[in-house]
Amino acid sequence: MLDRINKAQKLINSACEALGRRIDIMEVCGTHTVSIFRNGIRSILPESLKLLSGPGCPVCVTDQGYIDTVLNLADRNDCIIATYGDMIRVPGKDHSLETKQAKANVKVVLSSEDALQLAKDNPEHTVVFVAVGFETTAPATAVVVREAAAESIDNFCVLSGHKLVVPAMRALLSGKNDNIDAFLCPGHVSVIIGYGAFAEIVEDFNRPCVVAGFEAVQIVDGLAEICRQLSTGKAELTSVYSAVVSEKGNIAAQQIVDECFEPVDGYWRGLGKIERSTLRLNDKYGQFDAFKRFDISETPSEERKDCRCGEVLCGLIDPPVCGLFGQTCTPQEPVGPCMVSSEGACAAWFKYGREKIHKR
Amino acid sequence: MRTTRNDRILLAHGGGGQLMDDLIRHHILPSLKNDALAGLGDSARLNLASSSVCFTTDSYVVKPLFFNGGDIGKLAVCGTVNDLAVAGSKPVALALSLIIEDGFEFEFLDKILTSIGQAARRSNVEVVTGDTKTVEAGAADKIFINTAGIGQTLAGVDLGFEKIAVGDKIVINGTIGDHGMTIISQRADIKFESQLKSDCAALAGLTCELLENTTGIKFMRDPTRGGLAATLNEISRSTGLSIEVRETDIPIKPVVQAAADMLGFDVLTIANEGKFVAIVSPESADECLNISRNHPLGADAQIIGEVVETHDVPLVELETRIGGKRIVQMPYGRELPRIC
Repeated sequence: MLDRINKAQKLINSACEALGRRIDIMEVCGTHTVSIFRNGIRSILPESLKLLSGPGCPVCVTDQGYIDTVLNLADRNDCIIATYGDMIRVPGKDHSLETKQAKANVKVVLSSEDALQLAKDNPEHTVVFVAVGFETTAPATAVVVREAAAESIDNFCVLSGHKLVVPAMRALLSGKNDNIDAFLCPGHVSVIIGYGAFAEIVEDFNRPCVVAGFEAVQIVDGLAEICRQLSTGKAELTSVYSAVVSEKGNIAAQQIVDECFEPVDGYWRGLGKIERSTLRLNDKYGQFDAFKRFDISETPSEERKDCRCGEVLCGLIDPPVCGLFGQTCTPQEPVGPCMVSSEGACAAWFKYGREKIHKR
Repeated sequence: MRTTRNDRILLAHGGGGQLMDDLIRHHILPSLKNDALAGLGDSARLNLASSSVCFTTDSYVVKPLFFNGGDIGKLAVCGTVNDLAVAGSKPVALALSLIIEDGFEFEFLDKILTSIGQAARRSNVEVVTGDTKTVEAGAADKIFINTAGIGQTLAGVDLGFEKIAVGDKIVINGTIGDHGMTIISQRADIKFESQLKSDCAALAGLTCELLENTTGIKFMRDPTRGGLAATLNEISRSTGLSIEVRETDIPIKPVVQAAADMLGFDVLTIANEGKFVAIVSPESADECLNISRNHPLGADAQIIGEVVETHDVPLVELETRIGGKRIVQMPYGRELPRIC
């Protein structure tokens, strides 16, 4: 393994030297972010190569309006909120789901199946499944929606906040952050959507897109491939995760998502409204759409002015630049979502970086 | 089989009357029998040779009560024995307090008491005094245990942070994360099948052997809650020195690593219940390693890093598998509820 790392490292070093300028590579996957920190990958890269943690952590990209909607639903006595664990600590206007958990109508689930089971076990309540995540978790939500329809489990509904990666990448390059030189594309998402889905980024924006796995050596290989392309003036679509990711992806998963969802314009933290970037249940399964059932219109909520999660997600600043980082915003008492999720950029910088220690 | 009220603890078992006497004579004493306890005096009298003793206490609230590799009873003995052991003493006597919830099944209480007896005998300590209280249903979660322990400081042994110096080696007696990952895997809401097994064990035999046969051990600590990360950070903060450890030298069972990866935990922060970290002078490190490796509780012992000069602020740094470096932070808590 070390041989492979050394080889990739040499390639990166010579490419960066040849380019003679700062290179910004963005990863758009929380698992990549954590692996980069945990393996100390930044420390073996040349200074001119900057890794940016983009909008790749589901909790982080979820906008304040959606979170406030969830918190409002949690106040209803006739509802049970079923959520993945990392959502419960995200602060809303006054509370987080965690503070409401004491009321016992907020349940942490490990899968969409658990959420549906909760509905079956509690027929007198409406179970609202807080469905967040990218293309990786959307198929699991679709499966239970179909199951709920087949079994007529009418007290189950889904507040879909599922997001699509490619529209976010387009939004970044269309004005939010033009300095991004290339993307390290997410392995998990690519398993579902296929690496071919990133072709439009390469074609429309002339930026290298390289799909990589999550082991240190796979990430470094991916970075080396990006550097090779940049130093030769090319922008190509490549997968260095070919054993797992195909060009077309998981067709069955895509079909079930298409059957249940349709892409609509949606709000992202830091990125604002992005066209056709969020999955909403379609008319066929409209009865399970929590937005319809409770007549909720998705409106953006104000984010805290001093919280700079939005700029972090766009790769405009590193987390320690934010005045709250490590001071009033810590994993124990997070102010912004990037500090809540273990996959968030702020949490990773806090846990593995030196900056927090220097601020202490 | 359905249990009846007779199979369970009642509030009256803590009331000081006949039921309490039955509980003590028929359930507690048989598991723990020894001369000091048999008298059932208000205090135990100990005759110690040494004028220097170590004295400690710890409470145990682990959930689940029974886990692969141990139970709350074994943990309550081993945990307190280990606190005495890493302080450089030979554990001699324990006090045992039980706080039991009304309705707790005798079947489970007896299992826990048997395991306390076994663990104490294996560690060569006696439970010389104790107390039992019962509380209403809902006021405790089945059973809570407190143990306090006394150990005789080993002759010529004087461990402390202040003795630690740049160049000292860091020794651990085996794989990390086994206990914490076992507990979380067995918690009701996670349940995944695995071969995880807690490392819960009493370390006094090994630590006494080390301290009696080597001279270079400067400090020891058992990395329980907060894991290796917390212990190394405590050492760094208390000494003002920095620590460098190598990921490739830290023993971790593949099954523990896999479970931690799956759940997003850093194994360095996961609790251990049968491990010590020893800070050893460079000259004694190999000897310390050899003695450990010849002991059943130290077969996987490793030198995992060194104490180094502090450049800026004291910190713990990890050299990763790929030769990169990253900080090992003091865990911020809340990782696992009630692991010990």
